Amino acid sequence: MSARDLFTLTNRHFKTSVGITAAIFVVTAIVGFIVLPFAQPWVQFANVWDAICSAAGVPQRSAAAAAQAQDKRLSEVVLTSHTLSRPNQEAIGRGATLAQRCAICHGPTGISRADSPNLAGQYAAVIYKELHDFRSGARTNAVMSPFATGLTDQEMGDLALYYAFLPRLPAYHPTPQLPKPNIVIYGAPMRGIAPCGSCHGSLDNKVGSPWLEGQSEAYMKAQLRAFAGGDRRNDISQQMRNIARAMTPQEIDEAAAYYASQPPDIVKAVD
Amino acid sequence: MLANRKLVLAHFWLAFAVFGVALTLGAWQMFIRSPLGTWLSNPELYYRSLTAHGTVMGYVFPTLVAMGFGYAISESALEQRLVGVRWAWAGFWLIVGGSIMAMIPVALGRASVLYTFYPPLIGSPFYYVGVVLVVVGSWIWVALMSINLRVWKGANPGKPVPLAMFANVAGSYLWAWTAVGAALELLLQIIPVAVGLKATIDAGLARVFFSWTLHAIVYFWLVPTYIAYYAIVPRAIGGRVYSDTMARIAFILFLVVAMPIGMHHTFGDPQVGAGFKFVHSAFTALVALPTLLTVFTICASVEIAARLRGGHGLFGWMRALPWDNPMMLALAFSFVMLGFGGAGGLINMSYQLDSSIHNTQWITGHFHLIFGGAIVIMYFAIAYDLWPHLTGREFVDLRLIRTQLWLWFIGMIITTFPWHWVGILGMPRRMAYFDFADPAIAPQALSVTFSAIGGFTLLTSGILFLVILARGMRSPAVEAGAYRFSLAVHQPATVPLALNTHALWVALMIGLTITNYGYPILTLALTEGTSVPAVYVGAQ
Repeated sequence: MSARDLFTLTNRHFKTSVGITAAIFVVTAIVGFIVLPFAQPWVQFANVWDAICSAAGVPQRSAAAAAQAQDKRLSEVVLTSHTLSRPNQEAIGRGATLAQRCAICHGPTGISRADSPNLAGQYAAVIYKELHDFRSGARTNAVMSPFATGLTDQEMGDLALYYAFLPRLPAYHPTPQLPKPNIVIYGAPMRGIAPCGSCHGSLDNKVGSPWLEGQSEAYMKAQLRAFAGGDRRNDISQQMRNIARAMTPQEIDEAAAYYASQPPDIVKAVD
Repeated sequence: MLANRKLVLAHFWLAFAVFGVALTLGAWQMFIRSPLGTWLSNPELYYRSLTAHGTVMGYVFPTLVAMGFGYAISESALEQRLVGVRWAWAGFWLIVGGSIMAMIPVALGRASVLYTFYPPLIGSPFYYVGVVLVVVGSWIWVALMSINLRVWKGANPGKPVPLAMFANVAGSYLWAWTAVGAALELLLQIIPVAVGLKATIDAGLARVFFSWTLHAIVYFWLVPTYIAYYAIVPRAIGGRVYSDTMARIAFILFLVVAMPIGMHHTFGDPQVGAGFKFVHSAFTALVALPTLLTVFTICASVEIAARLRGGHGLFGWMRALPWDNPMMLALAFSFVMLGFGGAGGLINMSYQLDSSIHNTQWITGHFHLIFGGAIVIMYFAIAYDLWPHLTGREFVDLRLIRTQLWLWFIGMIITTFPWHWVGILGMPRRMAYFDFADPAIAPQALSVTFSAIGGFTLLTSGILFLVILARGMRSPAVEAGAYRFSLAVHQPATVPLALNTHALWVALMIGLTITNYGYPILTLALTEGTSVPAVYVGAQ
């Protein structure tokens, strides 16, 4: 008794089991790849082979639907958690020199008093992405766009690393007795809004999301409104536009006020 | 007493200890998600717990039970010394090491990717390597089962392989092959990204690989339960197996058709062709066959026991069954849960019906009812039956055992029935919290509350189970005698070659895997531009 006695057509168990299995496969394949595709009156196939390819999931480009022309530029930046994750002193030094021209709005220590974003301690990937988007035109601003136009990739990386290196304004929320706003902690699941805190700090941070604690309230409100109105569109896959559109004006105020709250003495100290 | 009782006990104790921990996490998850608990302000904690619960319950616990039971079967059914005891211990320690290695990053929140991995989510490489070690440890067991059977065949040429061992080896081969899907996904796709060699991953291909493992793994979990149905229950209640041949056919059918059906898990996935979805759906329908065969054969076997005990009438014989025997009770509970779970499974495998419950709590309810219910309750029964042969001590308090089984059954029904219901209402699965104050889902609050109460009933039963086993280590000593399996009404004198070996069925299993998975895997692997950037969990 060996495998040779089993794997032979004279063994009826072999013949029957292989025969039944093959028959079931052939029948189901015919039904799945030929009968059912043609049973869909709303799909037209040129021939049987076309139907089989469709059912098998052969990748094909649809000739009829040409890609829609994109009138506005989208962000071209691809970020991973390793983007600019290894700072070196030389790059930071170069960034510090370049940052001289940013200080007038963003503050000499990266803390702004002009309702421009605080850049000190911001994630390098975030600064890099925004600069890149300003240069490519994915994001536009009368003041920032001209600054970014002349920057090379390396200069943007150096600036990003320099600001990421500066000490961040510590998180400060002066009303601990009040619950954190629901929009920050829980989002609004029924409207498809993830908690702000799950990407922007307070709960967690996700690659490419800026740190918001201590940013200017007016700036954050303006950005949320710009996302909601479609004036700003450099968010990847419309993440922020979808969220901002679904937020109520009150939620925008709450979120901005929560993230903006910062200790007055620290703001004074950097003056 | 078994000669390798230490080996088997080590597997069982580790299995049930990690089961206890994962069960506690499960109950906490149900509570925190229900209206009884307040919202968890950090959902990451929920997913951390869920990853630990799934990894332990899916990979570590059932594998250890199958391995421990397999060693016991090999020694007692073949009545020969277990070959490769050192290797068996090596496999055990690999699982211990792998589990620890996987659980540390999970506990630290560095691998909250759920046990189904869900690329493009990527966690710590230690988590994946730990899981691989667990699988490698279990592959040692697969090899040992095969080797032990071969040694026995050498010494007993032409004799029928005892049913328990035939089924045990079928289960081990099924596991060896089904684990290959996830192993390929881990080794070729996920681990290279986790260690930083690549930054993108083909998530669609990964899901197809995982479906290769994910459905057949359930039948690997199921095999010890089915062995208990055939080889333990009839003996324990004083009956005989109605048909030895039918039992063998059931196990070889699992071997052949459990594998090429996993794509019913990807009904919602656009990267898989509709034709392949249909073929997998049709084969999924076939996998009901061995279960229906088993239900028939076991009911007939139980009827034999009842009639031997003086039962009569068309259904009146049921009264004569030994209902105070924990094995009888466990079997009845297991069958009821298998019936409901199986009916739900028929809905999951039907494309149109599935679309209404895909990715809802219905699915969670379904696999808890089948695995946590029908399968695990028989793991308890196996432990109760085997314990005196491992410890040399008998259980004195059968009432406590019956209470534990009742609690598990009631708890599982209370947990899973509302889950199915809210799933039909559209409640998604894998959510850390729900806003039950919202009018849209407020009516589901009551069902979810019941479900959470069921979860705590299960926890109580699980603790009771561990207490019973621990007390069983200290109860009065008894001579348990040799461990024996059920006899058939007609004990086979000879068995056709096809039903005494696994080669033909393994060949069919591999053949069907190639026909049903070959093309989808190859196209996805060879198509450019199908990868997406990895999302690193716990990374800054």
